[in-house]
Amino acid sequence: MSVTVNETSVAGRAAAPLRNPRPFKWQRLLARIVLYALCALFVLPIYSMVTSGLKTPAELGSFPPTLFPHTLAWGNFDAATSFIPFWKYFGNTVDVALFSTLGAVVSSFVVAYGFARFNFPGRDFFFYSVLGSIFLAGFPVLTLIPLFDMFTRLGWLNTFLPLIVPSWFGNAFYIYLLRQFLLRLPPELMEAARIDGAGELRVLWSIVLPLSIPAVAVVAVFALFNSWNDFLGPLVYLQDESKYTLAIGLSLYKSTHDAQWHLMNMASTLVVLPEIVLFLIFQRAFLSGIAAGAVK
Amino acid sequence: MTEKRRQLVLGYLFISPWLIGLCVFIVYPLIYNFYLGFTVYNGFVPPEWIGLANYVRMFTGDSVFWQACWNTIYYTVLACIVGIPFTILMALAMKVEMKETPIVRAILVIPSVLPIFALSLVFVWLLNPRFGLVNYFLSFFGIPGVDWLGSPQWSKFSLVLLAQLGAGQVALIYLAAMQGISEELYDAARIDGANAWTRFWSITMPLITPVLQYQLIVGIGLGLSVFTQAYVMTDGGPQDSTLFYALYLYRQVFSYSDYGYGAAMATVLFIVSLLLAVLVFRASRKRVFYEAIG
Repeated sequence: MSVTVNETSVAGRAAAPLRNPRPFKWQRLLARIVLYALCALFVLPIYSMVTSGLKTPAELGSFPPTLFPHTLAWGNFDAATSFIPFWKYFGNTVDVALFSTLGAVVSSFVVAYGFARFNFPGRDFFFYSVLGSIFLAGFPVLTLIPLFDMFTRLGWLNTFLPLIVPSWFGNAFYIYLLRQFLLRLPPELMEAARIDGAGELRVLWSIVLPLSIPAVAVVAVFALFNSWNDFLGPLVYLQDESKYTLAIGLSLYKSTHDAQWHLMNMASTLVVLPEIVLFLIFQRAFLSGIAAGAVK
Repeated sequence: MTEKRRQLVLGYLFISPWLIGLCVFIVYPLIYNFYLGFTVYNGFVPPEWIGLANYVRMFTGDSVFWQACWNTIYYTVLACIVGIPFTILMALAMKVEMKETPIVRAILVIPSVLPIFALSLVFVWLLNPRFGLVNYFLSFFGIPGVDWLGSPQWSKFSLVLLAQLGAGQVALIYLAAMQGISEELYDAARIDGANAWTRFWSITMPLITPVLQYQLIVGIGLGLSVFTQAYVMTDGGPQDSTLFYALYLYRQVFSYSDYGYGAAMATVLFIVSLLLAVLVFRASRKRVFYEAIG
């Protein structure tokens, strides 16, 4: 069966270019033009952000707009980072991101292991609750009011706790991703270790975790970006200016009488620069994580 | 301890963080929110039961609520109408293998992983009617610029444009689906004389419907809960043209201290989004091909 299929495919491939060579090339050229145009469009915002951040206010407010700064205003760096307590907010953002990422990875991994490894009544029901929560996670406003009320009563306003603590109870999407990964590991490995007398946590730590590094890396990178990019959470829970994260802090450049556009662009560049660097380093993890997300 | 018992105890032990989180951060808030919708509550004085009054006011006495609904539906539909063809086009272009493919993919995906709040601030500047690059570029082609974020006719469309920066991720998913389609199908179609247009509509499109469904669900979700862009760029304006549902809900609590009314709005959104999700799954059940041939 497979032989015949292969033969037809070989024949088909050989025949097609002979019959119709020209449209194929046109398509390639067209695709190339579309791609370049899209790239130009997608680079434009980032390019504009970086170059506007290096222009003087006078140049930024001139018409026609300059494509490249006449004089590179490196002084904007110092000005932007002192106009607001930039490094303080940067530190706050890093604190929240690190602790919530750590929580999301650890808890999601443990829970995913529970779903993947054990067979118990109610497992499938609760796994459906994970899948359903992936959908709900797209609507943070649905639970905004009760959670705000709850955290207010706990006295957690103006602390990072509302942004960190929930991630220590597993994230539905990460649990799903990790479970799919864990199901593909050979169960014999874990059985063997257990027969050797290793406790379940030990099996998890010294056998399963090392094998799961690729999946854990995907989840860690996603969780980190999720926290770094969060706007609604900090907006709602951090009202004291000393607790701001960068997400909220950036708007301060605009809140004075005349908006400091050059400084805001410089600061925005500093906010997204670590992300672009991380993306380029972990590109493979990103792309595989995005592809895995599709299997939902 | 028997093996069965061991599995039960350890299983629940390992998933216990999720179970606790599910109760505390999802189930309890949803129930409490449902209850708050029937009360008047300002966050300090205990909630007072007022029955359906919030819902009556919402549906019969609050024109801003309907404005917010209309804005949100308008935005969601427009974002899907623009976004779906745009993303498929991007995926089709990405499919062509070239030596610069890795760089191209990185460029197209990076904006989708960057924070919306930062991209929003950049967009405000790009779309500035006087100093922005967008109107400047349009002027090269003799197209008169518009006041993108300053006019009610264009403000929603401007936000839809911004949303397209997120297309890279979904395009990758389309791309994966397209690469899963066997070349034999295309070859067979070519032999039968099908041109590229026909091949796309009768082979590619049917086989990427699962991704289409996925994008529709995600798109509806993103559309109905759109918040950050409107908060950062326009604060609901001009003339409430970008006052979206989530933003109006947010204001109930943080501007008007009307938790009860906000909770009632959240309940309505919950029911509507659930119905829509079911509807999309139902409607596409017959049309979606779950198994790629090959």
